[in-house]
Amino acid sequence: MILDGLGSFLLGVANFQWTNAVMIAVGCGLLYLGIKKQMEPLLLIPIGFGAILVNIPLAGLMEKDGLLRYFYEAGVLTEIFPCLIFVGIGAMTDFGPLLERPRILLLGGAGQFGIFLTLLLALLLGFDKLEAVAIGIIGACDGPTSIYVTSKYAPHLLGAVSVAAYCYMSLVPILQPPIMRALTSKKERQIVMKYEKKAVSKTAKIVFPIAVTVITGLIAPMGTPLMGTLMLGNLLRESGVAERLVKASQNEIANIVTLLLGISIGATMAGPAFLQPQTLMILGLGLVAIFLDTAAGIFLAKMMNWLSGGKVNPLIGAAGISAFPMSARVVQVEGQKANKRNYLLMHAMGANTGGQIGSVLAAAVMLSLLKGMGIV
Amino acid sequence: MENLEFGLTLTLFGMGGTLVILFLLGLVMDLLNKILPFREEKDKVG
Repeated sequence: MILDGLGSFLLGVANFQWTNAVMIAVGCGLLYLGIKKQMEPLLLIPIGFGAILVNIPLAGLMEKDGLLRYFYEAGVLTEIFPCLIFVGIGAMTDFGPLLERPRILLLGGAGQFGIFLTLLLALLLGFDKLEAVAIGIIGACDGPTSIYVTSKYAPHLLGAVSVAAYCYMSLVPILQPPIMRALTSKKERQIVMKYEKKAVSKTAKIVFPIAVTVITGLIAPMGTPLMGTLMLGNLLRESGVAERLVKASQNEIANIVTLLLGISIGATMAGPAFLQPQTLMILGLGLVAIFLDTAAGIFLAKMMNWLSGGKVNPLIGAAGISAFPMSARVVQVEGQKANKRNYLLMHAMGANTGGQIGSVLAAAVMLSLLKGMGIV
Repeated sequence: MENLEFGLTLTLFGMGGTLVILFLLGLVMDLLNKILPFREEKDKVG
């Protein structure tokens, strides 16, 4: 009797497998990146800790009636968490620089090129159609969109796709500069772009989120939950009369959901399911997607430079991804390295907010095409 | 082959569709700036 009681203390140890040990090490690695390197700490810390929790044998956190299972089913599988995060992002984003120069929005489209080429690569590597869609969406450089699409169509890949999306987003300042330097000449990087602030009326800023929601909703309705929540947050911000809701969206809601979302994603990283060759392939494909996004944005900006007679610095094309505002800052730094008189930040901010719209739109178009093709 | 056809269709129409809609949104933004121009005094009061 006493021995049985003592034996129960060792059940966890007895059920501990090498995959659990590896995943606890991976969880610690994510905690290190979040805490020591301050890479997306708000997400990598909960994800890392979630990965540790779910790899403790017999704790049952992801079993039926387990604590993390409740969070996962209530927030991730229902897609509530990514949509609530988008309300917060919308409330934090100023689309003013984009409204000042609408043509820059196209750079936000070119920045999504990586999504589709990565999807093709994933198909060639043997992933099935919906898995390839989930992997391609890493190229959106947009965590909530990646989680939304993956939880909907390939939930078994959620851990790998989310970790890839958030890690690469935080690595943008390291990943993008070498590509930017390789694809542009010093003369191109030195191009000075004049910035004259064009005032945008408050009414235009209020009508903008409504117009975007209706237009994109009518053309690509499957993406309305994402675009709608992003634009709802922005409408609250620009209305100027819902300060409490704006603050709640930017702070309380975004913070609580980020915590629960992070820990739920970490909870999908159980050893046997995560330690598969396909996880490494997903991480590799995600990296390819970011490279392709950056390259496509730069090439479109080069074309705009050519068409405008040398007035567009091709570096701003690299900001056409959704990693906001890191990507715009990288462009500013690289521009100043080439020419100290160069201030590309506001142009890059416009492209970067265009990338936010572009990433959601690319996902919306893709989901609507899948529906139209009868795949979902 | 079926997968490749699927991928190419999605790439062509997905990327093309995204760029066309963004172009359309750009035109809408231009239109908004034209029909709802910034008026300093009114906006200050508002």
